[in-house]
Amino acid sequence: MSTHAEQPAEPTRRNAATLGAPRGAGSRTPKQGATMLGAEAAIASLEAEGVDTVFGYPGGQAIKIYDALYDSQQITHILARHEQGAVHMADGYARSTGRPGVVIVTSGPGATNTVTGIATAYMDSVPLVVITGQVGRGVIGTDSFQESDIVGITMPVVKHSYLLQSTDELTRTIREAFHIASTGRPGPVLIDIPSDLAGAEMVFEYPDEVNLPSYKPTYRGNAKQVRAACRLLEEADQPLLYVGGGIISSEASDELVQLMDLMQVPAVVTLMGKGAVPASHPLNLGPVGMHGAKYSNMAMCEADLIIAAGARFSDRVTGRVSEFAPNAKVVHIDIDPAEIGKIRDADVPIVGDLKGVLAAMLETLQKDGAAPRDDQWIADIAAWRERYPFYHPNVREADDEVVPELVIAELGRQLDPERSIVTTEVGQHQMWAHQFLPREFPRTFLSSGGLGTMGFGFPAAIGAAIANPDKAVVCVAGDGSFQMNSQEMATAAINRVPVKVMIMDNRCLGMVHQWQKLFYDKRYSQTLLEPVPDFVKLAEAYGWEGERVEHAEEVAPAIARMLAAEGPYLLDVAISRDQNVYPMVAPGAALNSIMGAIDVAVGAVRTDMPASAGARVATPMEPADVSSPCAKIDAQFGGRWEIDPDDTGARLGQEGSTVDVPPSEWKTLFRDGAAEKGGDR
Amino acid sequence: MKHVLSVLVENKPGVLSRVTGLISRRGFNIESLSVGPTEDPTMSRLTAIVIADDLGYEQITKQLHKLISVHKITDLTDEASIERELALFKVNAAPERRNEIIEIANIFRAKIVDVGRTSLTVEATGDDAKLKGLEDLFRAYGIKEIVRTGKVALSRSSRD
Repeated sequence: MSTHAEQPAEPTRRNAATLGAPRGAGSRTPKQGATMLGAEAAIASLEAEGVDTVFGYPGGQAIKIYDALYDSQQITHILARHEQGAVHMADGYARSTGRPGVVIVTSGPGATNTVTGIATAYMDSVPLVVITGQVGRGVIGTDSFQESDIVGITMPVVKHSYLLQSTDELTRTIREAFHIASTGRPGPVLIDIPSDLAGAEMVFEYPDEVNLPSYKPTYRGNAKQVRAACRLLEEADQPLLYVGGGIISSEASDELVQLMDLMQVPAVVTLMGKGAVPASHPLNLGPVGMHGAKYSNMAMCEADLIIAAGARFSDRVTGRVSEFAPNAKVVHIDIDPAEIGKIRDADVPIVGDLKGVLAAMLETLQKDGAAPRDDQWIADIAAWRERYPFYHPNVREADDEVVPELVIAELGRQLDPERSIVTTEVGQHQMWAHQFLPREFPRTFLSSGGLGTMGFGFPAAIGAAIANPDKAVVCVAGDGSFQMNSQEMATAAINRVPVKVMIMDNRCLGMVHQWQKLFYDKRYSQTLLEPVPDFVKLAEAYGWEGERVEHAEEVAPAIARMLAAEGPYLLDVAISRDQNVYPMVAPGAALNSIMGAIDVAVGAVRTDMPASAGARVATPMEPADVSSPCAKIDAQFGGRWEIDPDDTGARLGQEGSTVDVPPSEWKTLFRDGAAEKGGDR
Repeated sequence: MKHVLSVLVENKPGVLSRVTGLISRRGFNIESLSVGPTEDPTMSRLTAIVIADDLGYEQITKQLHKLISVHKITDLTDEASIERELALFKVNAAPERRNEIIEIANIFRAKIVDVGRTSLTVEATGDDAKLKGLEDLFRAYGIKEIVRTGKVALSRSSRD
């Protein structure tokens, strides 16, 4: 038996995205051919798929499935405290392992509660199989108790869905669901099982193969296009890789890094692509887009060739599309043909699986004897990087202030990159984590990118921790987001999941608050969260350990205590609500109009701040103190060192500037605090 | 511009709403739609007329291709194809004017399918121009009701 169960040797360049066979024993289980109930067959099917963990919440129309689950030796069920939490847990499980996450819930409200979780997975291309109980076929459409048309409701946010019509289709449907969810561009698949089918007798025959003539994802990139892409790369002077989540889904990190090394191509990374390129790689420029580094965004604007690898030109990356990377040719590699040309025309479109396409590009380039061009481009970027760092002590208000950026960086220092996973909620803390948390490996940074789901990170951390018991899993949260699914603390406690939650607690909805400050005249409509519960007491109520810190010097030891704790642990870090995430490209603005980037050359202050911004800027240093090479260049070119040489407008602090306050008084200009409308209540 | 899309889909419940939902979700309007079975009972053919620019049209077809229930999409817009649509016109017809209307119907090779005391119902098949022409002529008499099936289209044999 065991010899048959062994998977055949994988051909090279095959990966999770291209493998369609069941991970489990498939048809070779002892249950094959046995007569059983539909519900038992559903569980047997999950076993045949090699499922070890499911997340869910029972109810009237799922009770037969749960009854069958009671006997399963193979499957551990994690009982969430809300169906949304269950889906996010399965999502965290899937993102951290690459295997489909499985959810079982009941009909009606159980099913509708999964919608946000399914939509989150859909937007971020995460493989999920969601099984919902449904009322019996005889009463479907009669508004019976706990009936909802979940197939209809979820139609826009699933890769595919099934309403089971007969037990004859049950095993084939589940096989297809797993196949569809995990191959091609992954995504969530929903199976709605009417309760009368769950109670009907059937013979269990699990198929190993699927027959889906209309579903044939393209894995192999077109060889001619691959050659064309290589030619563009060989000719480019300022090439740039634009790395998205597709690299992680396709498990193509190695090929990507080899390509970067071979051709000395720098890479910018989206939120979904974080971890695809090691943070320590010298050519990794890190975050790009709305809250990306100024140097990454400059690289994007200046590049003459952008190779989009598993990225989709999201508006959070491109800024105003009409002004995005005007001089760049685009090679767009994606397994989903619909992404190519959707936002930005591609000069060389390549539909295919990234792992294979990048390997083919490497092969072609090596055969051509391609070598990197001169290192001017890399040197330019390095200079920008030195001049516009993400952080500089100068922008700190006071020495004892808790600086969120430094808290995240400290967490990064204390985590073993190989043995840790970080999830985030959505908001300011998410962007700080994207900016300041170094991640070296794929699948170690999980965040809701497309849908931006507050309440995602914490349950996803539980799911990731269950799938990776050998790793420390930390959720970086905000006080707003955490309260959206804090009930899952019970799930972590009962299942002894040693997940850690670090709340960046500013007692407000920080990101919206920031936008209100910058763009809505400081009218803080409904973003102040006081009174916020005492998170430490809340943690203790669930049997967690917890701690709150309010001073900078307490942060590092508190993080150490959190990571050393055996069980689940909540660390509540008090930060000021006036902290902003910078740099920032205003929504709808062009990618090169960057606000609030730190410029070392003018004394390491935040530059290009809108006059309305209550940003915090310390007294600038004398330029003489700056030893940056950029300062020298500035001196040489009269302080002009710009992306756009034709832009001769006045700079901050110069005569004619829209902000005409001398540098010595910038602090008063940008300072906010007690005087600010609604700032202190 | 107008695009005539012929989409071969699985003949299963919910497939129509998958297709139309996707088109409307992506911000496009369906001008005309007809669905019916094909020579293969497991398949249905859906003919949709969508107004979209080239980029939008490309998105629609690419997104439709992603639906597991969609087997084949043919664009019949610029191809040599046969388009037909059936319309029923209920036209005001006092007894003394019936003959005029019947004459018009004959010219257009349309059929009278129902006669009432004050109206006639005419069945006409054809392409857009023909049905439009007929409608214009009937307007002079007063049209009580019109119903159209939506276009169906097939590529011409020479292409196969």
